[in-house]
Amino acid sequence: MEGHPATLTTNAPPRAGIRLPGLGVGLGRGLVVLYLSLMVMLPLAAVVAESTSGGLGAFWDSVTGAQSMAALKLTVICSLIVVAINAVFGTIIAWVLVRDEFPGKGAVNALIDLPFALPTIVAGLTLLTLYGSDSPFGLDIAFTRVAIVVALCFITLPFVTRAVQPLLMEMDQQMEEAATSLGAGGFTVFRRIIFPNLLPGILAGVLLAFARALGEYGSLILISGNIPFDTEVSSVFIRSQIESGNVAGASAVSVVLLAISLTLLIAVSLFARMGARR
Amino acid sequence: MSTPTPAKWGLRTLAFGYLGLLLLAPVGMIFYKTFEHGLGPPIEAMTSPDALHAIWLTLLMVAVAVPLNTVFGVGCALLLVRHKWKGNAVLDGIINLPFAISPIVVGLSLFLLYGTDGWFGPTLSEWGIQVLFSTPGMILASVFVSLPFVVRETVPVLQEIGTEQEQAASTLGANAWQTFWRVTLPAIRWGVAYGVVLTTARVLGEFGAVTIVSGSISGETETLPLFVAKAFEQFNEEAAYAGAIVLALLALTTLLLMSVGGRKAKAQGGPIPITGDAAISTSTTKEGS
Repeated sequence: MEGHPATLTTNAPPRAGIRLPGLGVGLGRGLVVLYLSLMVMLPLAAVVAESTSGGLGAFWDSVTGAQSMAALKLTVICSLIVVAINAVFGTIIAWVLVRDEFPGKGAVNALIDLPFALPTIVAGLTLLTLYGSDSPFGLDIAFTRVAIVVALCFITLPFVTRAVQPLLMEMDQQMEEAATSLGAGGFTVFRRIIFPNLLPGILAGVLLAFARALGEYGSLILISGNIPFDTEVSSVFIRSQIESGNVAGASAVSVVLLAISLTLLIAVSLFARMGARR
Repeated sequence: MSTPTPAKWGLRTLAFGYLGLLLLAPVGMIFYKTFEHGLGPPIEAMTSPDALHAIWLTLLMVAVAVPLNTVFGVGCALLLVRHKWKGNAVLDGIINLPFAISPIVVGLSLFLLYGTDGWFGPTLSEWGIQVLFSTPGMILASVFVSLPFVVRETVPVLQEIGTEQEQAASTLGANAWQTFWRVTLPAIRWGVAYGVVLTTARVLGEFGAVTIVSGSISGETETLPLFVAKAFEQFNEEAAYAGAIVLALLALTTLLLMSVGGRKAKAQGGPIPITGDAAISTSTTKEGS
């Protein structure tokens, strides 16, 4: 994936041109490190420290407690279902946007970013309006696990599409033509030529969407009902633990989420680096 | 290869059907619900003191967090691109962190630092500074969640423009500041602007992190997203929908700016940054194929 964040430091131009104006490089670097430490690293360090404040045993008990495990399991399973759905539909949407011609294509293309622009609480509220108890379709999914999946599908919709689109544009259509002229059917062309070419984009999009789905909160609180052991996801569980004063327990589950996200982030950047080398 | 017509229509139906059911219909529905009884009720709901305060506070978040992250973002991008350093890879990873962290965890982390039993909380409150459940804490939360956008959008543009013009300027006697203001900044301005739009959108809509650190006190520490949630939970649907519409309109404006900004950034030769939370840069502004 070209231009992916993780690739940015790989091909820096030779050392020339302007340096940080006014400030010395050392001073600038110091300020950047200070800002990142104060804004990001220190707060996260506090979470990690708090999670083990009662010892590793307490950490383990918090994470493996019945309610916390139920929430984690629900979060992971829903996220997996959601990324599977969006891998399929995201790729189809990317295909239609790149290879198809229809009036209003620019508008549809811009619409894809709506979930990134729309505040999550509004996303939850809109879905509840249409698919809640007052649903004009008579479809009441509020306070069920299905609602969680729908909300997460909304939130993570753009990731796969935006990762696949550039790959589709770069793809050499001659390969497909050659395959077709050699007698390959539409499905074979897709399976043997198109799909392998799009796979890196689909995977990158899926990983980012998964990381996003794991931590989602705002779009879920109104529509999921937050019922422990049933529709309570991890982020909602963490919130309830903070409110009931179990900050160490909240931190322990947070550290688990952090660890999963970090692993995914590293995986994405390795992917991007592999893609860049190829 | 042109897809045979039935397959083409099948794919179109799937794509439009999914987008319609998931995105368009719900958003359309909320507009309908809000204006069901005319313009009066939503306007009335939005001009209540609590609503006006929520709007003001939300704009205050933007006014503080966006400039902070913009200055940081441009400076940091310059450092990452123009100054090779062993620590750059680590910095780069840390900058991406906020994309992958649950907003609730962000809120918790600030709670642990600035709460009454937190690392800094007691000392700061001795000095008379209240961070948690007041504006500073909410600003810290907004800065945290929106930190990566400007860096992410500026770096590729900076890499793309190269250093020749800057070298020419300095050969002609311009000092570093002059070169930056007259040559570098104009060349990267669309990338930066795009990052600013994304940062603004994120700050406007932030809910999870702010909900933990703010305490959500009506008329005091309630931003517009918090106002919407609370109104809905108190069965004041009119106010909830009206607030949601204000946020949705801001989002649509953002979307428009994103689309324009992406196009301009592309025209400038940078990699095309149509980006969301995870900063996937793609060339989506290309029309047709």
